[in-house]
Amino acid sequence: MAKLLTYKEKGTWMENLCGVTKLIFFLAWTITCMLTYDTRILAVMLFISLLLFKLSKTQWSQVGSVFKVILVFMIINVVAIFIFAPGQGTKIYGTEHILYSLGGRWKLTGEQLFYELNVVLKYFTIVPAVFMFIITTNPSELAASLNKLGVSYNIGYSIAIALRYIPDVQDDFHKIKNAQEARGIEMSGKAKLTERIKNVSAIIFPLIFTSMERIDTVSNAMELRGFGKNKKRTWYMGRKLAGRDYVVMAVTFAFMIVALVVTYHDGNRFYNPFV
Amino acid sequence: MKPIIEFKNYSFKYNSQVEPTLRDIDLAIYPGEKILIIGPSGSGKSTLANCINGLVPFSYGGESTGELYIGGKEPKDLGIFGLSKMVGTVLQDTDGQFIGLTVAEDVAFVLENDCMEEARMHRRVDDIAEMVDIKNLLGHAPGELSGGQKQRVSMAGVMIDDVDILLFDEPLANLDPATGKRAIALIDSIQKEQNKTIVIIEHRLEDALYKDVDRIVVVGDGVIVADMTPDELLSCDILKSQGIREPLYVTALKHAGCDIHSEDHPAHVETMDFAPYRNQVKDWFAQAKSPVKKNETDRVLEVEHLDFAYDESRQILQDINFSVKQGEMLSIVGKNGAGKTTLSSLICGFLKPISGRILLDGKDIAPLSIKERGEKIGLVMQNPNQMISKAMIYDEVALGLAVRGVPEEEIKERVYDTLKICGLYPFRNWPISALSFGQKKRVTIASILVMNPEIMILDEPTAGQDYRHYTEIMEFLKRINEERGTTIIMITHDMHLMLEYTDRAIVIADGQLISDDTPANVLTSAEIAERAYLKQTSLYEMAKQCGIQSPSAFVECFINYERRVR
Repeated sequence: MAKLLTYKEKGTWMENLCGVTKLIFFLAWTITCMLTYDTRILAVMLFISLLLFKLSKTQWSQVGSVFKVILVFMIINVVAIFIFAPGQGTKIYGTEHILYSLGGRWKLTGEQLFYELNVVLKYFTIVPAVFMFIITTNPSELAASLNKLGVSYNIGYSIAIALRYIPDVQDDFHKIKNAQEARGIEMSGKAKLTERIKNVSAIIFPLIFTSMERIDTVSNAMELRGFGKNKKRTWYMGRKLAGRDYVVMAVTFAFMIVALVVTYHDGNRFYNPFV
Repeated sequence: MKPIIEFKNYSFKYNSQVEPTLRDIDLAIYPGEKILIIGPSGSGKSTLANCINGLVPFSYGGESTGELYIGGKEPKDLGIFGLSKMVGTVLQDTDGQFIGLTVAEDVAFVLENDCMEEARMHRRVDDIAEMVDIKNLLGHAPGELSGGQKQRVSMAGVMIDDVDILLFDEPLANLDPATGKRAIALIDSIQKEQNKTIVIIEHRLEDALYKDVDRIVVVGDGVIVADMTPDELLSCDILKSQGIREPLYVTALKHAGCDIHSEDHPAHVETMDFAPYRNQVKDWFAQAKSPVKKNETDRVLEVEHLDFAYDESRQILQDINFSVKQGEMLSIVGKNGAGKTTLSSLICGFLKPISGRILLDGKDIAPLSIKERGEKIGLVMQNPNQMISKAMIYDEVALGLAVRGVPEEEIKERVYDTLKICGLYPFRNWPISALSFGQKKRVTIASILVMNPEIMILDEPTAGQDYRHYTEIMEFLKRINEERGTTIIMITHDMHLMLEYTDRAIVIADGQLISDDTPANVLTSAEIAERAYLKQTSLYEMAKQCGIQSPSAFVECFINYERRVR
């Protein structure tokens, strides 16, 4: 059974990249994506994102349910934008092509739709990059990388341990869920949504308690083996930057610069098809 | 010679407690010695161990009086990190203590913290891996390993630092009997080859004594009750009065009315001189009464040709067939990872079999959901914290009834009845957080029992419990079994439990059912013991040495006697 959001060796070239490289790519990618509203750039980025996602050989079962949750939030976000700022598109693009009037100030305009399309594009551009980053990065190597970038190893290690415990916590979750279901707490689609939300507490509390036990044990184990003794530490999984890392970083920065130049050359971060 | 660990008139009180946990401890351990520390839960033996490795007082704060020297220095001067250079600790929970994502990283963890440069670190890890024979596992995730392999990895992780003292906190707790035996043998060879000082904390005395130890320190209620050689300890009555289980052959000798002498070396059943006791044992065996046979009852659960696999390449269970009669107490045994838990998951409906049927009262339960099966088959998990979801005892026990829409009045009545049976009635309005581990376990049993299941399945009901709590829980299950007629199936690798409390044992090895017989027969068969990673009971060896023709009849006789006197 494939575990959610868990590093799994697949022998792709992405795994062979240094954690630092992937982290830098991930940050540059996200920043570019957040800054630009240029639809052409976003379309290109979306294409690259999907291509990389495909190359990372990520299985749907590793990310599927998380993706669905993100999708729900995206829909809420898009609807909320329309409800609270139905005129945002007109304000940005300066024109107003009304497609359908819903009464009051809520008019469905071409500009608004186009603006929201950009928002959706951003989601679809960033999300695969996040997934890819988590799934192709060995947590220990990431901790080592972060440390090399100057982040305190305490923080790096905390992140690594959190990633490492994702599968264990999932195991606990399934065990607890089964046992509670056997006691008669309905967690499947048969129960009403409100019931289900209430019943989730029957899993959450035991899950928190078992996780606390884990934390207690592992922190003792770490302390007994000298974690936190020195200001620095070395890494068994540390990896030196190789040629391919520099290539990836160079390409990433080049792309970022081009993207931002294209976006901002007319002094506006929006691409306007309406004039 | 100067002691490497020395307690002088040492007392310790945790900040969170009123009474001191350790009182007036005087103990000296010399370099190269191998010491076994035993005592019931709550006796202070773990605190004693934590004083040695520095978790007390650096992680668990408190006040101490008297003196303590580790390697001639005081812990407060060394700090927890200074101590970790001298004392390597293997914690009880083999799963929880893994830090690294792979075996290699976990072994290297100490070196990383010592800032050893990469290339040297890789060499050192390879060397130590060779020593404990885990070289081919270095790239694996610790979670993929078997119990015995995990133990070796955690040993490598502390030995890599070249510490003088190795401290093992209940190394046998999660291991099947055969793997436990190997772990003890490995500890023994490490001590002999590298001349380390070994301190083992354990309450499974018989298993821990598989190899020689120099001295046994018995801790009871915060003080040292005894500090003597195994031979001396086994020939006096201290163990019994402290609530620690004696080796079975020692108990059997005492049942036969023998006075054990330390000159006969009772520490190991293989090397003990049974000659002075032979006649008395034979007499005792001759006049033993066989018990009244239980009435034959109907089959309540039948498993037919059950097959299961997660994917095609790995078959977990293969053609499993057995049946359970109403009111039976049955054990399912076998080595770690043999498929015991999978079997219970199939019965409860958490997993679906590839082929085969499970019948309850003669009806196929395939169409029933987890919830529907749960009304007839109750499952109690190994770790009570994985089940408890309410803050108050009453609410937790009432949960199963409340979600099924049972009227308030009836819930109250049934919950109170169940709490009375479980001895929890006086605590009914207590928060669960105030209970001990054993009491929590009883709450989870109560929360299943209240639904009146026909069958109860318990996963390792006594894991990590000392003898007193073990007896408490098992006597309680026996009472439920007798008073309510509930059929009880226990998944376990505790050979004592299987021998003393179950009528029948189903042995699973590598996904196959290899035996379905009385525990006495199972535990006297060398072939089954080997295939299923069990351990032949020491009573078998004793019977042989005493010239008794049928060891399994002797074991049977012992069990019946035990049940009568308890």
